[in-house]
Amino acid sequence: MNTSHYCPHTPEEIQEMLAAIGVSSVEELFAPIPAELRCSTFNLPVGMSEFETYAKLQAVAADNNQSLSLFIGGGFYDHVIPAAVDHLSGRAEFYTAYTPYQPECSQGTLQALFEYQTAICRLTGLDVSNASLYDGATGLAEAALMAMRATNRTKVVVDGCVSPIARQVLATYLSNQDAELVELPPLDGLLNRDELAKQLDGNTAAVLVQYPNVFGGVEDFSGLADQAHAAGALLVTAVYPVALGILKSPGELGADIAVGDGQSLGNPLSFGGPSFGFIAAKKAHIRNMPGRIVGETVDKNGKRGFVLTLQAREQHIKRHKATSNICSNQSLCALRGLIFLAAIGKQGLADLARLNRDKAEYAKARLAELPGVVVLQTAPTFNEFTISLPKPAEAVVATLLDKGIAAGMPLGRFYAGSENMLVVTVTEKRSKKEIDQLVKALEVALCN
Amino acid sequence: MSEIYFTKEHEWVKVSGNSAVCGISDHAAHELGDITFVELPAIGKVVKQEEVMAAIESVKAASDIYAPVSGKVVKVNSELEDAPEKVNESAEEEAWMVELELADAAELANLMTKEQYEAYLKTL
Amino acid sequence: MQLIYEKSVSGRRGVMLPVSDVPAAADLPQNLLRSETAGLPELSELDMVRHFTNLSRRNFSVDTNFYPLGSCTMKYNAKVLENAANLFAPLHPLTAFLPGGAELCQGALGMLYDLGQMLADITGMDEVTTQPLAGAHGEMTGMLLVAAYHKAKGNKKKYVVVPDSSHGTNPASAAMVGYEIITIPTAPYGDMDLELFKQAMNGEVAAVMMTCPNTLGLFNPYIKEIADIAHSHDALMYYDGANLNAIMGKVRPGDVGFDVVHVNLHKTFGTPHGGGGPGSGPVGVKKSLIPFLPMPRIIHDEVSGKLQIQTDNPLSIGRTANFFGNFGVMVKAYTYMIMLGREGLIQVSEQAVLNANYIKEKLKGYFDLPYSQTCMHEVVFSASKQLVQGVHAIDIAKFLIDKGYHPPTVYFPLIVKEAIMIEPTETESKATMDAFIEVMIEAAKQAEADPDSFAAMPVSMPVTRLDETRAARSQTVCCLG
Repeated sequence: MNTSHYCPHTPEEIQEMLAAIGVSSVEELFAPIPAELRCSTFNLPVGMSEFETYAKLQAVAADNNQSLSLFIGGGFYDHVIPAAVDHLSGRAEFYTAYTPYQPECSQGTLQALFEYQTAICRLTGLDVSNASLYDGATGLAEAALMAMRATNRTKVVVDGCVSPIARQVLATYLSNQDAELVELPPLDGLLNRDELAKQLDGNTAAVLVQYPNVFGGVEDFSGLADQAHAAGALLVTAVYPVALGILKSPGELGADIAVGDGQSLGNPLSFGGPSFGFIAAKKAHIRNMPGRIVGETVDKNGKRGFVLTLQAREQHIKRHKATSNICSNQSLCALRGLIFLAAIGKQGLADLARLNRDKAEYAKARLAELPGVVVLQTAPTFNEFTISLPKPAEAVVATLLDKGIAAGMPLGRFYAGSENMLVVTVTEKRSKKEIDQLVKALEVALCN
Repeated sequence: MSEIYFTKEHEWVKVSGNSAVCGISDHAAHELGDITFVELPAIGKVVKQEEVMAAIESVKAASDIYAPVSGKVVKVNSELEDAPEKVNESAEEEAWMVELELADAAELANLMTKEQYEAYLKTL
Repeated sequence: MQLIYEKSVSGRRGVMLPVSDVPAAADLPQNLLRSETAGLPELSELDMVRHFTNLSRRNFSVDTNFYPLGSCTMKYNAKVLENAANLFAPLHPLTAFLPGGAELCQGALGMLYDLGQMLADITGMDEVTTQPLAGAHGEMTGMLLVAAYHKAKGNKKKYVVVPDSSHGTNPASAAMVGYEIITIPTAPYGDMDLELFKQAMNGEVAAVMMTCPNTLGLFNPYIKEIADIAHSHDALMYYDGANLNAIMGKVRPGDVGFDVVHVNLHKTFGTPHGGGGPGSGPVGVKKSLIPFLPMPRIIHDEVSGKLQIQTDNPLSIGRTANFFGNFGVMVKAYTYMIMLGREGLIQVSEQAVLNANYIKEKLKGYFDLPYSQTCMHEVVFSASKQLVQGVHAIDIAKFLIDKGYHPPTVYFPLIVKEAIMIEPTETESKATMDAFIEVMIEAAKQAEADPDSFAAMPVSMPVTRLDETRAARSQTVCCLG
């Protein structure tokens, strides 16, 4: 046996170990496996050195256009990431550690997650948070399940203005449960409050809304919490965390549960993952919360410390009765989120939010000037807005993609009759020049 | 004077007239460790013997509590909501959990006396 | 150590943001705005960096300590994997869904496709979806596939069978898909009791979920028989890939009767654990389950020779996550796999098994060994001998912390009293293991000689014996303020 990558034993050491065990070859250790079960094929390429491997990955990376001018969002946003986020989360003590089951030697991870939970509570204006979920979409599903447990009801009503991707994940999660999922078609890009009123009954567990919604709209949801509560249902809001730099918090809205995707907080786009989902709720719902939770306590000498807590909710104790099957959180991604928020800071997040809005409003105003382009105006917007084009959006997007511009997300595949509609996203990373280029290219595309 | 009976699942019941007061045994409380939460049923709920009636959690475990006898819930010990540690302190006295209106006294024949329960514990 | 909020000073600014090159927009209506800015930290960048740097130093990690956590496969995380993942940071996932967009990310799609093919090869499956975001998520996805299979066939299935040694995520995942659980006890020979299994099996069982080798580190010699029995009832066999590190190149789950598997990239394929995530749990299936795979699915267009995205398939279970899964984690696993290659992965399993058996041999005189036969990549001891002196598995764990070792897994699997599960992995040297063995022997001796000394341990860490009861009762999960 040759020593290969990361298998450190010398042939002499292997012999010593085999002798200590009392066998003459490593093969003997596999004797408990019946011969007829042994695999006859194992087709993988020949291995390489680290250097050739990296060169191969560079070639794979180069076979993608990674320098598109990004005016797309769909839940994942191109935001700045301070250099400190990479360096701090790249410390081996953070990223090569595991779940902090032994708290004495994991206070780094535990305190960081407690600080993360605190950040989420303050951002959302709610009482309790967990140590993160897989992502925003699965988070929405977990929130629905949480509301069903809390109310002991089975009907979930979701606004059609919630991201279609998240709604698909929600539907998949509820598909084999005793649950009724009702989707309310958008009304001019807004929640249809009349339809909602019809669907609120004695079996409604939750009302799910998102803000800004998929069209970019920030609706006035005042009164919505009361409406849901009057029917005995919970209000769940899916929120964009950067927008919470300035937008009313779910807590201020009277929401019972808030969820969202944390990618925009310090996690790179990276073709869709990893990211993290955050979830926060009113204190009364803490026992129903899925996932890991870090709690504050003291040690036997009275010193403050942190531990994983309320583990009786989780799968390793409750097994099939657990609040969720979830085991991992997305610890490192949540840590990146915390470091991002700490680096940007209290005032910084508000400024970042305003900057996003400024950029988007500029783009919106310029695009509105193009003949045939109509901006959806039924609600104020944050950094995304919907425009209606005089021709099918997919074709226009294809044309602009050829020019290196990802102009927006066409809505036709998600909403019937919306083939001419496009959601345009503008973050702080889009320069005025880029925006002007988008407008110019769109103008050309619409003329032809 | 009420007699105490025990179930195989470590619940106890004290019967007096048609009132049946239930809880979990000292043994169960000890096995669970520090109790952190007790979930009690709603008043008026009807339970059958051996059906899940309540739930209890500790730092390291979670367990269902089964009705030792059939009946209707008339009272619950709401002190346990804020002070679950009472279960560790006095599982068989102060930390009673549910009072039932006894449905069928004959069911007591399915349960163990204190002596029988202590002998049973030795076999575990 | 203070919380970052306790170090905040009102008005302190962190990173400077870009100055706007566009006009300031009009304010949003007041009723949409929050009344107060969220109470996030206010530190200088230096203070913030010091805070997190010092926090990190309060952790044990693979890069700093031997970390033999059974069931977790804490192998070395190669640094080149991190560099590889960084190559894809700016790539937006929606690109693939735009008209003509797939052509602009053939590299990423190709990598996912190749990764899937390699995983299919390793596990003996026909196709792999990379979408599940963690092992448990993969289990749920697998169970959704099982449910879809049975629904399409009109089968009425109610139960999922698991052994009592299974990881808690198995029954929890099955429950999330609406199944009731039948648990089969472990027989004295260390795996699911075959006779009791036969008795429990019936036409209403949808699937049997097994880990192989199991959580005791033992390979079930009857696995083919179990699969045959399951299939005779049209129940599917689910393979929990947590212990795949033991059998690469030796056994392929697909060959011995499994129909659906998940693998844990953060275990077997060396991606870092991150303090509890992110992981990645790709799911492999046999042909019979391919029609139900989640969307989007990456397919190879024979005509154009390019990779395309399939998003519409009415039979699909739907979507279990946003896009293609934890892409950044998968880049690392892919890098690991092509770097080690066929021979490297076989050697991984061989040395993982060698290392665990070496530790088993050296410690069996000092700790009870409930199952004494040859183990695979992990070995389960019991501290029951030490318990006689009043020393629990948790006490042994705290002793080890003082000696600079992350403890093995304790109290799992549930079927072994005072369980201590040790998984050294193949990346540990003999010298490291010998030092660990000596310390474990010292623990055993000290348990005899001075059992009362354990209660104070650990003494060398910033905190010791935290009050978990108080944490659960007070439920303080954020800093108020």
